[in-house]
Amino acid sequence: MSALDTAPETMPPGPEIKPKLSRDDIIMRGGMVVIALYLVISLAFPLWAMLSKSFSTYKFNLSQYEFQVSDDAGVFDGTILTGTQLNDQTQAYGQSDLSASSDSRLGVTKFFPDFSFRSPVMYKIRNMVEGGRFLVGSTLHDTTDWTELDSNTFRRVQLRPVKSTGMENFVNYFSTPALFNSIKNSLVIALISTVITVSLAFWFAYALNRSCMRFKGAFRLIAMMPILVPSLLPGIALVYLFGNQGMLKELLFGASIYGPIGIVIGSVFFTFPHAFIIISTALAISDSRLYEAATSLRSTPWRTFWTVTIPGARYGLISAAFVVFNLVITDFGLPKVIGGQFNVLAVDIYKQVIGQQNFEMGAVVSVVLVVPAIFAFAIDRLVQSKQVAQLSARSVPYAPSPDPKTDRFFLIYSSLVALFIVGLLAVCQFAALVKFWPYDLSLSLNNYQFDKMDGGGWASYFNSIELGLLTAVIGTSVVFFGAYLVEKTNGFRTGRALFQMFAMLPMAIPGMVLGLAYIFFFNNPDNPLNFIYGTMAILVICTVTHFYTVSHLTAVTALKQMDREFESVSASLKQPTLKLFGRVTVPVCLPAILDISIYLFVNAMTTVSAVVFLYSPKTSLASIAVLNMDDAGDIAPAAAMGMMIFYTNALARIIHLIASKGILRKTQAWRTR
Amino acid sequence: MKHYDVGTSAVNQTNAPEKLYLSIENLWKAFGGFVALKEISLSINEGEFVCFLGPSGCGKTTLLRAIAGLDLQSQGVVKQAGNDISNLPPSERDFGIVFQSYALFPNLTIEKNIAFGLENAGRSKSEINARVVELLSLVGLPDQGKKYPAQLSGGQQQRIALARAIATNPGLLLLDEPLSALDAKVRVHLRHEIKELQRKLGVTTVMVTHDQEEALSMADRIVVMNHGVIEQVGVPTEIYRDPVNLFVADFIGETNQISTNVAAGGRLSIGERTFACREHDFADGNDVVAAIRPEDVIPHEAGYVSSDENLNCIDVLLHEMEFLGSFWRCRLQHALFGDAELFADFSINAVRRLDLGEGKDMVIELPADRLMAFERPGNAT
Repeated sequence: MSALDTAPETMPPGPEIKPKLSRDDIIMRGGMVVIALYLVISLAFPLWAMLSKSFSTYKFNLSQYEFQVSDDAGVFDGTILTGTQLNDQTQAYGQSDLSASSDSRLGVTKFFPDFSFRSPVMYKIRNMVEGGRFLVGSTLHDTTDWTELDSNTFRRVQLRPVKSTGMENFVNYFSTPALFNSIKNSLVIALISTVITVSLAFWFAYALNRSCMRFKGAFRLIAMMPILVPSLLPGIALVYLFGNQGMLKELLFGASIYGPIGIVIGSVFFTFPHAFIIISTALAISDSRLYEAATSLRSTPWRTFWTVTIPGARYGLISAAFVVFNLVITDFGLPKVIGGQFNVLAVDIYKQVIGQQNFEMGAVVSVVLVVPAIFAFAIDRLVQSKQVAQLSARSVPYAPSPDPKTDRFFLIYSSLVALFIVGLLAVCQFAALVKFWPYDLSLSLNNYQFDKMDGGGWASYFNSIELGLLTAVIGTSVVFFGAYLVEKTNGFRTGRALFQMFAMLPMAIPGMVLGLAYIFFFNNPDNPLNFIYGTMAILVICTVTHFYTVSHLTAVTALKQMDREFESVSASLKQPTLKLFGRVTVPVCLPAILDISIYLFVNAMTTVSAVVFLYSPKTSLASIAVLNMDDAGDIAPAAAMGMMIFYTNALARIIHLIASKGILRKTQAWRTR
Repeated sequence: MKHYDVGTSAVNQTNAPEKLYLSIENLWKAFGGFVALKEISLSINEGEFVCFLGPSGCGKTTLLRAIAGLDLQSQGVVKQAGNDISNLPPSERDFGIVFQSYALFPNLTIEKNIAFGLENAGRSKSEINARVVELLSLVGLPDQGKKYPAQLSGGQQQRIALARAIATNPGLLLLDEPLSALDAKVRVHLRHEIKELQRKLGVTTVMVTHDQEEALSMADRIVVMNHGVIEQVGVPTEIYRDPVNLFVADFIGETNQISTNVAAGGRLSIGERTFACREHDFADGNDVVAAIRPEDVIPHEAGYVSSDENLNCIDVLLHEMEFLGSFWRCRLQHALFGDAELFADFSINAVRRLDLGEGKDMVIELPADRLMAFERPGNAT
């Protein structure tokens, strides 16, 4: 019947309406491009530089050179020999001598058995192809012209390697057992640490969420302590306890703490808070109605545990496992301190780069390390997105009822875990304060005279504080503004998706890899940004980028809780979006902003892995000082500096707590009804 | 292409000269492969209160957001006060908007919320303050200015959102389900107040709602939408009394539906009987749906015999009665309807007068001008 249903089903072809951009749209897109550019320069380009480095091989290509040699009278007979022919005749260099790194040189006198620098014989050398390279002294020759040299000059001729691209470094890596064994070592250590940490943290979180034991607040506080120290500090404590002169050495029954045992115990220490937070959150959101239903169905506690508790916390458990795995496999400080001869990937990178100056191999190990890290990261993201879906269903929170027997059990268990954490920290503090462990246990402050030790002295401590403050201020601004732009910009879908991807990437990149990538990118003399190499600026940029993802996610979560129509209302009232940002968005998100800044500060204070490649004598850091003093055998001062970091971070957290309470009372009055 | 001219409203005939204010021409909106709005054309006159009414997902909010410029249409033209605003960003259009969530800035006081749009426009502080005071008393909350939004009730917050939206005297007021988040009682009250305010200010208003009662009671004109198309446009009484198709009849109010076909003379055959009905365009023999609203069924005592065959009287069994406060909802059975039951709403008065009760026989009359024939769904070509 009706003429009403005659509308065609598909849109007529034709151009879609192009929106006219408002001033705000342009400002916001511009801002987003700027921050995206920051991420490209501080992340994508360095990683690309590293990746291409791992595929670059350097080789002396003898067939690129031609030589002539005269008789004693200095007359050339016209015979021309290539480098290859000469090498075949003399067997001067084997195949392995010809593979090189970017800075290698190769002398040529060995091709001429009769060579003597006093002889009157003359030599001619030339490149056969344009771009071939050899040095005479320090002068580079890269043309195809013949160069005639006397014997004395000829001995100063050095061939330069040519660069080529290929899998050769990887082939090399996987045919060197000393190197690829680290993969297995790293995986085994990470797996064992993960299992232990997640089990310990689960029961600890369970005790805090599901029992009525006492001192929950104190336990929660203690569980968070390891976050405040560099990961290598538990290593130092373990050396004091179980090292060659350790007081509890006998407990190991002859096994050495230097190696897998030490790494695992230390890893459990420093990853514990991370696992605890995640699992605790998962346990806290459980629905008490499920437990009531289980009780009314007369399920045994054991069965309820397996059918209600574990499934409810499964995403938290999986997520915690992958986070811990990632932390352990990418950690550098701890295995450096206590790993002994037990090689792991992160330390291999350091050894290749700092020890052997083999940057290409360092890049190869980095690529190898990125694979499990990205894998763990991807699974964690997948699982976390599911957890959010589970959270959205409103449920009745579970309230535990007292049970003296289990409560006592959990109190003992939690006390043991707390003792482990506090104990390791106390050992460090004690060792830092005694004169000479274990022979003279009288107290002194000698170990705090950092200026007398290697590692940069007190200056490095203040550098760390400077880095922490700069990272907190600059990082929070960049991250929060970036998150705001990506959340609230209209349209521009591709741009926003790209930005999100860049923002998630840092979490998958181990610190060692990021630091090495920065060397390749910023230390390149052709890079216009080369001037920041060796300054505080590069440390700040590197640290902000290293910890970008978690900060970004915190900001995004806070922004998502804002009514998404604020921007629409503001636009309809013809007010600039930036006014809304300053007057409403920032004040309302202040708690999240403060959280981001303390997170960045604490991590800047404790991080070792990324900055270990980037500090200069002027910008040494406290955490690096701990590493270097430990390396130099000044273990007590290292422990002292480590504890300084702990107290600084603890103080920072207390100031943060007081400040945020004060600011919140002032600016968040609207929250109270 | 249909073009609905809302301006020819019977209600609006008292409003002197009618002036076209907002026109939408041939508007389409596609999200990827999904077409959310199909060939929408509509004009709205100055000072009118228009409701977009339809089930969720019908495209009404999409249309509102296209008018506001918040989500641009894919194709089509929007003109406001004679200017083509099709591709302008929201900040360059002239409208105030109120959302279901109120979207009040939580950290600003009520005063500052209302003043937000008044700043940066060359007004002095005292001017702004005076305007805020004026608006607060206009929405009936004169002494709440110093409070924060969270300290007000939902209804109060919505009034503040309204005050903020009209603070700058926009030419167009857009209301996106403004009452949906409120309690039933508050909703009815605020319904009246918003309508009153709109009349006082004379501002052209477009409201989106899925609540038919809201639309019927507030709108000068209702635009009924479904699946991205406009089904019908008209004044509330017209929409209710003369729905153009089964969707509108069913969505607004309630309707008994009986599958049937057209007998000779345009009558509707149900079982072995034929019934007189309202005029329609169907040819004899067409499959149609007969529809009548429950409150249009007229009750008579058992044994009532009508003199006129066109009065459509049927003997029925009153099977069940449900008390709904101001009336009884009755389920009536007759062999003609097969297993289906006919719903009828009888006033309390009628039930008492006719002494109706469950299990009793009675006679009902289906008035011919209330019995409508519609195209059967799925029969469309």
